[in-house]
Amino acid sequence: MNLLEITNLSLSIHALKILRDVTLSVAPGEIVAVTGESGSGKSLTALATMQLLPKGAELSGHIMLGDQDLTELTEAQLCEIRGNDVGMVFQEPMTALNPVQTIGAQVAETIRVHHRDVSRQEAEARAAETLARVGLPQDRFPLSRYPHELSGGQRQRVVIAMAIALRPRLLIADEPTTALDVTTQAQILALLKKLAQEDGMGLLMITHDLAVVADMADRIIVMRHGEVVEQGETRSLLQNMRHPYTKMLFEASGHRVSLPEPPPPQPLLEVRNVIRDYRLPRTSLFGHPGHFRAVNDVSFTIQRGERLGLVGESGCGKSTLTRALLGLEQVQGGSITLNGAPVFSGTRPNLDVRRQMQVVFQDPFGSFNPRHRVDRLITEPFHLLHDPPQGADRTRAIDEALTAVGLTHKDASKYIHEFSGGQRQRIAIARALIIRPELILFDEAVSALDVSVRAQILDLLADLCGAYDLTYLFISHDLSVVRTVTDRVLVMKSGEIVEQGQTEDVFERPAHTYTQSLIAAAPVLPQFEQARA
Amino acid sequence: MLRYTIKRLISLFISLAVASIVIFAVIEIAPGDPASFMLGMNAQPETLAALRAELGLDVPKVQRYLTWVGGMLSGDFGTSYTYRTPVMDMISDRLWVSLPLALYALVLSTALAFPAGIYAASRRGQAGDIGVMGATQLGVAVPNFWFAMMLVLIFAINLRWFAAGGFVGWDKGLWAGLHALTLPAIALALPQAAILARVMRSSLLDVLGEDFMRTARAKGLTARQALWRHGLRNALIPVLTIIGLQFSFLLAGSIIIEQVFYLPGLGRLVFQSISARDLIVVESVVMLLVFSVITVNFLVDLAYAAVDPRLRSRT
Amino acid sequence: MIRNLIIGGVLSAVFVCAALISFVWTPYDHAALDIANKLKTPNALHLLGTDHFGRDILSMIMVGARTSIAVALVAVGIGMGLGVPLGLWAAARQGTWLDELIMRGNDLVFAFPSLVIAILITAIFGAGAINAIIAIGIFNIPVFARITRGAALSLWRREFILAARVAGKSAARISVEHILPNVTNLLIVQGTIQFSLGILAEAGLSYVGLGAQPPTPSWGRMLADAQTLVSIAPHMALVPGFAIILTVLGLNLMGDGLRDYLDPRLRVARV
Repeated sequence: MNLLEITNLSLSIHALKILRDVTLSVAPGEIVAVTGESGSGKSLTALATMQLLPKGAELSGHIMLGDQDLTELTEAQLCEIRGNDVGMVFQEPMTALNPVQTIGAQVAETIRVHHRDVSRQEAEARAAETLARVGLPQDRFPLSRYPHELSGGQRQRVVIAMAIALRPRLLIADEPTTALDVTTQAQILALLKKLAQEDGMGLLMITHDLAVVADMADRIIVMRHGEVVEQGETRSLLQNMRHPYTKMLFEASGHRVSLPEPPPPQPLLEVRNVIRDYRLPRTSLFGHPGHFRAVNDVSFTIQRGERLGLVGESGCGKSTLTRALLGLEQVQGGSITLNGAPVFSGTRPNLDVRRQMQVVFQDPFGSFNPRHRVDRLITEPFHLLHDPPQGADRTRAIDEALTAVGLTHKDASKYIHEFSGGQRQRIAIARALIIRPELILFDEAVSALDVSVRAQILDLLADLCGAYDLTYLFISHDLSVVRTVTDRVLVMKSGEIVEQGQTEDVFERPAHTYTQSLIAAAPVLPQFEQARA
Repeated sequence: MLRYTIKRLISLFISLAVASIVIFAVIEIAPGDPASFMLGMNAQPETLAALRAELGLDVPKVQRYLTWVGGMLSGDFGTSYTYRTPVMDMISDRLWVSLPLALYALVLSTALAFPAGIYAASRRGQAGDIGVMGATQLGVAVPNFWFAMMLVLIFAINLRWFAAGGFVGWDKGLWAGLHALTLPAIALALPQAAILARVMRSSLLDVLGEDFMRTARAKGLTARQALWRHGLRNALIPVLTIIGLQFSFLLAGSIIIEQVFYLPGLGRLVFQSISARDLIVVESVVMLLVFSVITVNFLVDLAYAAVDPRLRSRT
Repeated sequence: MIRNLIIGGVLSAVFVCAALISFVWTPYDHAALDIANKLKTPNALHLLGTDHFGRDILSMIMVGARTSIAVALVAVGIGMGLGVPLGLWAAARQGTWLDELIMRGNDLVFAFPSLVIAILITAIFGAGAINAIIAIGIFNIPVFARITRGAALSLWRREFILAARVAGKSAARISVEHILPNVTNLLIVQGTIQFSLGILAEAGLSYVGLGAQPPTPSWGRMLADAQTLVSIAPHMALVPGFAIILTVLGLNLMGDGLRDYLDPRLRVARV
């Protein structure tokens, strides 16, 4: 008999249809992955299983946990089940914990809320045991720690400890590693797998990343627009994809583009021994303020026409380096020159240099002033020109930039909220292209996009490389993306470049141990021989 | 925690120093010489000079400022121009009316606002919430001194439960004193309670939307348990700020309310002193009010750290 | 909550209209004494009754609305005019000594409640409507500086500001072009709230004699006159009291309604 059996689950919130006829099951000890892009309803399927839906939600169908139908239980009965029979882990470890309570108290609470006869000491002892089980031993992570004293990965371990403290039969994990770095992600995935095996616990994993679950899940369920489009045993599903959406998703996840050959090397941007220090708050009242070296002695060159990648995990200094390259912040040592001219002259950014550089940011929603129209948004870099185009010239420039990124001149008079995330990223690229810069910085420019949209933007990038002879620096934590859109790559760790070389060489034969661990941790899609239909 | 306290303490002293300079400077630019005001138009130059010397008005400003501050630190606020008695004595009697009144009102306001805010937040969008929010909307709009007049009309004149005004003094016992301050305290507290209840509600609603509240529910806590165990303490942080601000409003408001109830508090003293141009008394009372406000805000800062462990370790 | 906006708007409009009409017409001369008709309760001749000198209360309320609205409006103007630029400036120079100076200055002003400022000013320059405006206005400065800085700081962290910096725009230009338009909604809402607080503060100051001086009528002083007569002529206290309550209530409801109406997140939810 199955542990969890969802049949014909439909859900609407304020008359908006979210889920339609979702049917899926999880057997004891089985790992089932639900995957799909944003808006597929995968997360709400998880919340529906917990019966923790927002107000105004209407549900039909059945959610059987063992022999109990969760849709028919009272709130009091559901509280008995949550945390006891079913545990849940969430996406954002930074906000999932109560900031004003110790981790010990929060883990012990799971135990005490379900077993009122357990004494405080006993609950704490069991909390300590559980924390040790998830890799937070007492000698290094005492119960008295507060969440803000832990890293993201450690916090996620605390959340997992809270969820499994009572050894539930089913664990639901909603994008448990999306907010984490690849190396941490690999550790958390391994932990979840180990826990499921040891306790014979069913695990329902929600993820947008097919690669994350491909080598872990027993079965995969693919969702789109609130419906299950395909499900099956992992290997057979990947070998024999029936639904075109699954095929598209699979193709987009490992999407490769082909770049034109770069021209012969001729240095464009030269970075020499750059150092960037931040002042830390004083540690003692009258002591000297300390320094944090975010970028330490970094040197590299970007050749004209070259596509250079920069990879590293969060906090490695890649964002700081980006701001220094753009001349937004002063560096404490070394030099950054473009065509021989410094990006920062004296104490002010050098505008002559800056008009040769543009940037595309990560967040498609925060990158634009919501009160301006697209034509005004994309012409903002004209501010850098001595003699910006006016009238018909300006209109022509706008049309050209929009057309180049696959939009039309009609879009110029719209506001940014009328566009989807992918279209916004296109507009961001148009804004960068409009003054024909020598160099474009892509700062995690495709990281917030769904895989299918990401594939389209990568295609656009490859096209633009052919049409405009782009030179760019592509900064990302996503190794598979960097691998396909760059010629050469830099690997950054703790403010230093630990390895650099031709992209294929570095990925095939990483020399530095850190690069090796990064590549080993990065989830990859298995390449099965596709069965003939 | 110690570092945090020291930092706040330094900031407290700087604020007090700057505030005293501002008050001194403002009073200094006041047109008119207290000595000639006291002696009238026809005073002889010699008597004027003698009085100026006696009042300490003939020395340089910086020295006068230092004497004033030094005096205050040792509990000597100078001598009233009008009554020729130590300002300290005049203030201390009246402080024992104004300060208890403000504190009484603060306790009432908090005691009313917390349950109302929590109740409304836990019944968001339902009849109870709408009722409480409507009442607070009205409470915010009512001027406290008008409300005080209505209380007098109903409870003192018609029902005769309380005296219409005056203060019996604390030597008649704690109960008699509190009884006399009850109507003024209610009048002061109710509009502030309405504001505080609204802040409490919206702060709680913000917290209820946080991820960790969902985590708490996933552990098996009921909505109610999650609210009490995880929501309340996090919601308290913005509420504390408002309580700190309210103390200063209550203290200032008590000056007005004292007029309605004929209470012999600081308010009465200030208005008498203004009309008599007894600037040294005005100066001292204002400094005292500002001192209380800054000190209460310092205590609120310490309360933050007690509530929020992030503050304790960050600095 | 479009309902709040309408009710609040109508209530506020009634008092603004009453104030405006009073410039050209009032039922009686608000200052005309008519001892024979003193302390009349509301009747057909005097819709809101008369006071202890036989003056028509409706006329006094209309002219008093003028004082209240003028004082509160100018005080909000002072608060916005100085507070908003200070807040923008502090946010643009976040973390520098200038930011620190502006914010500590704000804290200092917060330590002087408007009544204390009024007492200080009155002690020096004497009582009057102008001094009441200054006292309330000074207290409004840190309120606007603080909320402007808070909102501006979160905007400065957004990527579109970074994009404007990459386009070479100066901090001052970014503040005016990108930050200010995105904090206007907030300022409008806070403006109505401070406006209503200004009306309350003006009433309080005139009640204790620190506000508008006779013969200028004001709601606060009408209440001060009513105090000793409250048991024999309650309408003298009730009418100005309700005038204050309804105006303040109207402005607050309007502020709440505007906040909901202008909040894009809520607007999406409504659609």
